[in-house]
Amino acid sequence: MKKGLNLLIRNGHIIDPSQGMDGKGDLLIEDGRIRELEIRDSEFKTQDSRFKIQNSRLEIIDASGLYVLPGLVDMHVHLREPGYEYKETIKTGTMAAVRGGFTTVCCMPNTKPVNDNETVTEFILRKAYAEGACYVYTIGAITKGQKGEELAEMGMMRDAGCVAFSDDGFPVMNSLLMRRALEYSRVFGVPVISHAEDAGLSAGGVMNEGALSVRLGLRGIPAAAEVVMIKRDIELAALTGGRLHIAHVSTAGGVRAVREAKKAGIAVTAETCPHYFTLTEEVVYGYNTNAKVNPPLRTERDVEALKEGLADGTIDVIATDHAPHHMDEKLCEFDKAASGISGLETALPLCLRLVEEGVLSMRDLVEKTALNPAMITGIERGSLRKGAAADVVLLDPDREFTVDPEGFASMGRNTPFGGWRLRGRPVAVICKGRMHEIDSGAVKQL
Amino acid sequence: MPKDLLDSKDMDRTITRMAHEVLEKNRGVEGLCLVGIQRGGVHLAKRLAEKIKSIEGRDVPVGALDIALYRDDLNIRKEYPAVRKTDIPFEITGQVVVLVDDVLFTGRSIRAAMDALMDIGRPARIELAVLIDRGHRELPVRADFVGKNIPTSVGETVEVEFSEEAGRDRVVLVRQ
Amino acid sequence: MGEAGQQLKNKDIVGIKDLSLEEIELILDTAVGFRDVLRRDIKKVPTLRGKTVVNLFFEPSTRTRTSFELAAKRLSTDVINFSVSASSVVKGESLIDTAMTIQALGADVVIIRHSSSGVPHLLARHLKASVINAGDGINEHPTQALLDAFTIMEKNGAVRGLRIAIVGDILHSRVAKSNIYCLRTLGAEVRLIGPPTLIPEGLVDPDIEVFHSMEDGLRDADVVMMLRIQMERQDTGFFPTTDEYFRLWGLTRERLALAKPGATVMHPGPMNRGIEIASDVADSAQSVILEQVTNGIAVRMAVLYLLSGWRSGD
Repeated sequence: MKKGLNLLIRNGHIIDPSQGMDGKGDLLIEDGRIRELEIRDSEFKTQDSRFKIQNSRLEIIDASGLYVLPGLVDMHVHLREPGYEYKETIKTGTMAAVRGGFTTVCCMPNTKPVNDNETVTEFILRKAYAEGACYVYTIGAITKGQKGEELAEMGMMRDAGCVAFSDDGFPVMNSLLMRRALEYSRVFGVPVISHAEDAGLSAGGVMNEGALSVRLGLRGIPAAAEVVMIKRDIELAALTGGRLHIAHVSTAGGVRAVREAKKAGIAVTAETCPHYFTLTEEVVYGYNTNAKVNPPLRTERDVEALKEGLADGTIDVIATDHAPHHMDEKLCEFDKAASGISGLETALPLCLRLVEEGVLSMRDLVEKTALNPAMITGIERGSLRKGAAADVVLLDPDREFTVDPEGFASMGRNTPFGGWRLRGRPVAVICKGRMHEIDSGAVKQL
Repeated sequence: MPKDLLDSKDMDRTITRMAHEVLEKNRGVEGLCLVGIQRGGVHLAKRLAEKIKSIEGRDVPVGALDIALYRDDLNIRKEYPAVRKTDIPFEITGQVVVLVDDVLFTGRSIRAAMDALMDIGRPARIELAVLIDRGHRELPVRADFVGKNIPTSVGETVEVEFSEEAGRDRVVLVRQ
Repeated sequence: MGEAGQQLKNKDIVGIKDLSLEEIELILDTAVGFRDVLRRDIKKVPTLRGKTVVNLFFEPSTRTRTSFELAAKRLSTDVINFSVSASSVVKGESLIDTAMTIQALGADVVIIRHSSSGVPHLLARHLKASVINAGDGINEHPTQALLDAFTIMEKNGAVRGLRIAIVGDILHSRVAKSNIYCLRTLGAEVRLIGPPTLIPEGLVDPDIEVFHSMEDGLRDADVVMMLRIQMERQDTGFFPTTDEYFRLWGLTRERLALAKPGATVMHPGPMNRGIEIASDVADSAQSVILEQVTNGIAVRMAVLYLLSGWRSGD
């Protein structure tokens, strides 16, 4: 008899792009690992199963009407620990992840101290192992202190567990330094993630530049600030053969640049975030600091281009850029307000809107939120392969709810989606050998 | 149905008498000016000036006074009153100012008007002329020239209409 | 009984953008009465006795603060000047903390100037007191636009149909923005003149013509409104030098001759003589720059009066 989690999930709609699976079936978890899975045409009438069940303490769940998906992988979150525990901790951030259907998150290095050395990396990983509700991987800084001056110890951080490098929050303005990072990182085969923003063009900006920024009297960040940098980094990737990943693409021009680079065979991948394909700059109206995010929310035209980019595969990943902040950092002057959205707990239903609109299939969605981010970061997750650790989400696509930031597991209640009526919610998430019931009472036992 | 208290003929006769009284008391128009309280008082002041001219053959200066900024009820009103023009294009210091209003009721408007006048200049004397005195004084104010005393209940209002605005002259009693 | 007046729709004046034509006209009409008060020997009325007005200035300003202070005093209010120096910010007091302190002091009206756009809007949401925007960032300066419109009306009878050229740093000018909204709402033809680096694209709606040449833009203008070149904002080189700026966009007697004869010249002050405006133009009979200052008090009295009389609809 196995001690770990033993679970038979029956009659769910299993989608696992890593194995090309998409259909009704059963999934058997034994000792916290995926033991068997099978797609069938008809539902079981009895409790019979082809699976050889040796475990008498097996729990059986009826997942009819639910999707059974690999646990989602978010390759872009800010867990704020160490240093900003008043905004979020590894514990609360990973709880928020699980609530949102994510079983794996990659945390950005802009902590205090910055994760630019193996000591900080080890601290985060140790803490996450002990306290994290889900799996945590670290992204190390490209440059020491994220100052854009000299390379951080990428090799040692890689050995300590970093899966990618980024100065997220700050662009690497020095082109030579970015070239070196892309060249040097080839040794480890890990991607360099570009926060694509030309700091000169964006200087002082707090929202998208355009008619609305003029009308509100807020300084604008032109779309060109992002596009210029994406194009530079693509050229550098072509030059060096390094692996480039573009974080949070927000503009039509950015999508176009990535599309052309991919066509030219350059090793570039790209992500966008739910707020960029859901919202436009209009949300800023009334100086709504919860809509302040960097890069800024753009226009309807950009939203359409992002959807096209998602649909045609230009954009590989949907990440949250979960950026929790303390209330006081948002309840202030718009100029002074911190940038960012607490995104983990609203991402999945916002993504499901793309499925409803016909932009993506469910299978595409799982690719972009589980398989692709895992592949890009080289993490062995995002799949329901036999033998893999059981990271599983049971998703009720029809469950409606109203977003209540006060009810977030995250300490960051900074969301522009408060009060939104959304559809689709994880009812249970299996991760780290235990099952979290998200929506209590929604899991039906057989 | 509002009840007519005065028709246009009655009003004309009353104003004529008031003009005579003003002239009698002040022994002519020397050093005399009329200041009407916006808005009904302004019409009445002009009428009085016309009568005075037809009797005495001399013009008497007429000004308009807005008392909105001097009211004592601003904080208990539902809305602030509109600010209208104060137009007194002559010196009032040392003059006899006949303050003119259409209806004298609580006396509060007159108190406000006197304060407003004092900020404009220092008259030798202020006299008060009203077409209707309907009683219910809340301040120790008494008119020097009264067109007609009309005892009313608090639930009633007296409305004075001038042809300049309402198309005809009359005074009506309205029950609320 | 005094007749009930029209009301403003909101308890605050945070921008011209949020005012209707009727509201702008109400303010301008009301200001006429106050201008008359200011022409008397006794320039004070007892209207707002017992009310407290707080000047909350996060940016140094002598002119606007003094104008509001005088307007409030002429209405018999008690005025507190609360200049927030950098020291409070260093101590970590947040904007909301400061605002709540002001509220606790019993303010009925809070006049705020701040270098960040949207701060008056934030305070308006959090305070029970009326909030008047005395300039926020590069957004709006509504009372300046109202006093400019008042001055134009005084000079030209009406605003509707006038051709008004606004010249200079439109991008950073909250005065320009409020004026554009105000003058367009009042029916003027507005044109903007200046270097492309200082005229933001977003303001250019089909009804607003943009000129980069003074000679073209000033032609047949009824009013020429000059803006102050804000030296502190020129660090990233919106134009090469002030000498070149004056050469290309300075208002000189020769250029003014291209406008309609007797065209009104305005400037919100403080002027940079020899940078945006030649001294002889500033001091000419066509200039109404000092009338603007006087009218500012009347317009601000009108705004204080109307907001003090504001009652919520229910």
